[in-house]
Amino acid sequence: MSQMPQPPRLSACPTCAEPPQAGDRYCDRCGADLEAAAAPTARVPADQPVPPQVNGAARSTDQEPEPDDYELAAPAPGGYERMADPRSAAEPGAAEAAFGTAEAAPLAEAGLPLESNASTHTSAATSTVSGAGTGTGADPRLPGGDHRPRCAACQEGTIDQDGYCERCGHVQARERDHMESELEGIAAATDRGLRHHRNEDAFTVSSAELPDGSPVMVAVVCDGVSSATRPDDASAAAAHAASTALRTSLPRGAHPQQAMNEAIIAAADAVNSLALETGAAAPHHEGQRHQNAPACTIVGAVVTSDILTIGWVGDSRAYWVPDDRTAPPARLTEDDSWAAQMVAAGLMTEAEAYADERAHAITGWLGADAYELEPHTASYKPDRPGVVVVCTDGLWNYAESAEQMARAVPPDARARPLNSAQVLVGYALDGGGHDNVTVAVVPFPAAPGRAGSA
Amino acid sequence: MAHFSTPDAPRFSVEVYQNEYLPTGGREVNAIITVTSAGGGATARRPIPAPGVHDSASGQGGAPARAAVVIMVDCSGSMNYPPTKMHHAQEATAAAIDTVRDGVAFSVVAGTHKAVEVFPGNGRLAIADPLTRAQAKEALRDLRPGGGTAIGTWLLLADELFGSTDATIRHGIVLTDGRNEHEQPHRLRAVLNACGGRFTCDARGVGTDWEVEEVTAIAAALLGTADIVADPAGLAADFTRMMETAMGKEIADVSLRLWTPKGAEVAYVKQVVPTVEDLTARRTEAGPRTGDYPTGSWGDESRDYHLCVKVPAAEVGQEMLAARISLVQQSPDGVGSPPSQLAQGLVRAVWTDDLAVSTAMNPQVAHYTGQAELAHAIQQGMNARKSGDAEQATAKLGRAVQLATASGNEDTAKLLAKVVDVLDAAAGTVRLKAKVAEADEMTLETRSTKTVRVKK
Repeated sequence: MSQMPQPPRLSACPTCAEPPQAGDRYCDRCGADLEAAAAPTARVPADQPVPPQVNGAARSTDQEPEPDDYELAAPAPGGYERMADPRSAAEPGAAEAAFGTAEAAPLAEAGLPLESNASTHTSAATSTVSGAGTGTGADPRLPGGDHRPRCAACQEGTIDQDGYCERCGHVQARERDHMESELEGIAAATDRGLRHHRNEDAFTVSSAELPDGSPVMVAVVCDGVSSATRPDDASAAAAHAASTALRTSLPRGAHPQQAMNEAIIAAADAVNSLALETGAAAPHHEGQRHQNAPACTIVGAVVTSDILTIGWVGDSRAYWVPDDRTAPPARLTEDDSWAAQMVAAGLMTEAEAYADERAHAITGWLGADAYELEPHTASYKPDRPGVVVVCTDGLWNYAESAEQMARAVPPDARARPLNSAQVLVGYALDGGGHDNVTVAVVPFPAAPGRAGSA
Repeated sequence: MAHFSTPDAPRFSVEVYQNEYLPTGGREVNAIITVTSAGGGATARRPIPAPGVHDSASGQGGAPARAAVVIMVDCSGSMNYPPTKMHHAQEATAAAIDTVRDGVAFSVVAGTHKAVEVFPGNGRLAIADPLTRAQAKEALRDLRPGGGTAIGTWLLLADELFGSTDATIRHGIVLTDGRNEHEQPHRLRAVLNACGGRFTCDARGVGTDWEVEEVTAIAAALLGTADIVADPAGLAADFTRMMETAMGKEIADVSLRLWTPKGAEVAYVKQVVPTVEDLTARRTEAGPRTGDYPTGSWGDESRDYHLCVKVPAAEVGQEMLAARISLVQQSPDGVGSPPSQLAQGLVRAVWTDDLAVSTAMNPQVAHYTGQAELAHAIQQGMNARKSGDAEQATAKLGRAVQLATASGNEDTAKLLAKVVDVLDAAAGTVRLKAKVAEADEMTLETRSTKTVRVKK
C-alpha cells in the first residue's frame, strides 16, 4: 500500500455506513465510490501536480456555478455519444470481474458454480468506445447535490458529462484507468500508468470448481497493441473470452493445458471479430493512422490444488514466486518478442536485447492480422506453496528477472493477493509507470473450500 | 430533440476535425468546427408568419421564426451616371420585393446623405401580401437621384424600423454605388457597432466607384455578405438571390459559444467557410471561461470555423478538454431566459512523446490555414499594388495564386488571373498585368475572403 497513491479514508461509507476496509475504492457492501465521496480531497493521480491550496475566500468566489449552460445538451447527430455511467449499471452477481466488456450476464448463464459477490471489490462491467473522449460522468449514486465530485487535477471544478473538469479541462479518471478486483484467494489490479492517456490492458480473475469438487483459480491478463486500432477493446474482449472458455471447460473435466490452448484460441476469435466491426466503429478523429486490426497479447494462469498451467501469446508474462524466498523463483513464459528471439538465437545477450528499442516489438499476438496463432502452454507441479504473478510488460519492465520480481512481491502475497497486486502496480508506477501496468496474483495451491459455491 | 426551443427550427450538428495530439510542452490546439443546420426544409417552404401590430398571431409562443427585411437603396446623385444605374437599382429592388414572402414585414428606404422611408412610410414595416408588394413597387417609381451618401443614417433608420417589430429574423440589404462621403468613417463605425447583433445585413457595391473596405466592413459587422455588382444590369438577379437566402433563414441570433479551461487563451476564432471572417474580437463573455461569438441567422447551410486555443501544457499521457464548442440561440426575450443549446462538440488535447503523431497536421486545419493565408495574401498584394510596391505585390499575389491552385479554389484563381499573368501556378510565379480593369480589381478584393471546402 505504501507505494500506492493513498486514497482518502472515510470512517464509514456515505451511502450505507459500512466501515470500509483498508484500500477499498468502492464500498464492499453497496458499491459506492468511496474516493469520490471523500471529495474535495479526491485522489490525485501521482502524475498530476497538486495545485497549492487556495485560501477559503478565494476558493469560494471561484466556485463553479452549476453548469446549466450545458444541461440542454442536445445529442448532435453524428457527434459524441455520451456513455451511460457504467458503474451505475454494475452487476454485482458475477464472480468474474470482466473489464472492458459490457456483459456480465453470460457468465451466470453458463451455469457455473459462481463465487458469491461478497468479496468482489469491483464488479463493474464497462464498455469503452476507444478514443471517443468519453468518460464516466458525475457519479449518480452520490447522495445530494452538494457532493458533486470535484476534479482530481485542480480539486475545484466539477465534472461535466463528458468526463472533463469544467474548470481546468483535465480528463477525469475513466473506469479502466485504475481497477482492482479480488475474489477469495485471487486478486488483480491494473493502472493506466503515468505516460499513457488510456489503459489498454485488461484482466479477469475468476474461480470455478473441478468435477471432483476441488477449486480452480483462473487469471487472464491482456495488453492491447497500441499501434493497432481499438487496443483497449481487443484486450478486454480477449480476457473475457479466455476466461469464459476456461470457466466452461474446466468444470467439465478438460485437461488444464488443453483448456488453456482452447481458451487462447477463443480469445483470438473474439479479437478477430472486432476487426469486422472496426470500419464502422472507429471514430474518425483516430485518423488514418490506425487502420490495422485490433490486437493484443494474452497470458493466463490456471491454478488447481496441485497443478499450475500457464498459456500465453505475446510478451505478457507469468512468474513463479515461492513463499520460501530461499527457493528459486522462475519465469514461466517465453516472450514472443524481438528481444526474446535475439536471445534465443544467440545473437545478443539478454541485457543487450532488452536495451534495444526494438525489444518490445512482439512477434506473436491475438488479432486479425496475426499470420499464425501459436498458443504456448505449459504445466508445472510446484513442490511448495507460492504465488503466480501474471502481468503485462508495464510491470515486468521494472522487475525483469524472476529474482527481481520475487523481491518486489510482498512476503505475505499468498495470504493477501490484492494487497500484493496493489504493491506491484505501485512498484511499476514508482519505477516510472511508462506503460499501462496490470498484474494478477494467484496463490498456489488453490485452497480447498474457496471455490465457487462453497 | 425535445430540447429545441422551437420544434420547426433547423437541427444543428457540430463536427470537430483536429489532431488532438500535442508534443511535450505543446500548448496550441487547432481545430476546424463544421456547423451544419439542416432539417428545416419543410419550414422553409412555408410562408413565414409575420409579426407586427396588425398581426393577431404575434402573441403565439411556438410560432416559427418571423422575419422582417429592410431594403436600403442608394439614391445619391451619382446614381444618375449613367442614368440606367438608377433604373437598374429600381428594377432590382422591385425584384427583391417580389421575393418577399407573404407575411414577412418589409420596408424600403431611400438613402442619400440622409435616409427617407419610401414604403410604407409610417415609421413601421408593411406586411407582405400581393397588395403591399404592388404598392411598394409603385412607390419605387418616385425615386429620384440627388444628394450625398451617408450609409450610417440609412442603417440607423433600418434599426428604428426593425425596432417596431418583434420579428426574430431581421435582415437588411444595402445597395450603394459610391463612397460614404458625407459621413465621418468613425460615425459609420459607431453605427455598425450599435447595430451589430440587432439585425443582419448584406451589402452590395454597384459599379466601381465605391470603396471595397466600406462595403465589406458593413457586411462583416452585420454578419452578412458583401459583393460587387459591376454591371448594374446584374442587380435584379443578385437581389433576388439575396432575398431568397434571407427568406430561407429560420433561426436568428445564433452564437458560437466557446468554453476553454482555466489558464487557456483563445488565440483566434475565425469563420473559414463560406468566407474568412475573424470573430476573435467579437467575443462577449457568457459565464466563467465562456464567451459567445455572433454568427447571425441560419437557414439550411453549413459553415466552418477555425479555432486556435493555447492551453496550459500538461504531462505526456495527460488528456484535457481544450474547448467545448456549442451553438446557442439567444433568447428572443433577451436577458431573462438562458439561451438554448443547439449542438456541441469537443476539442481535446492529448500529450504524447510520439513525434510522428504530434507533428501530423490535420488536413482540414491545414486547408483552412491555407485559405486564410490566401485571403490575407490577396489583400496584402492588392494593397502593395495600389501603393506601387511591385515587388511585394508580385510576391504576395504569386503566393495567392499558388495557394488558390493548390487548394482547388478555382473561382479565386480565375479572379487572380485577371490581375496577374500566371507563369507557373504551382510555383506561384506571376507577373503583374500592366492594365487591369477596375471591376476585376475590385471583384478580387471583395471576394478575396471566399473559400472552398477541403477536397474530399
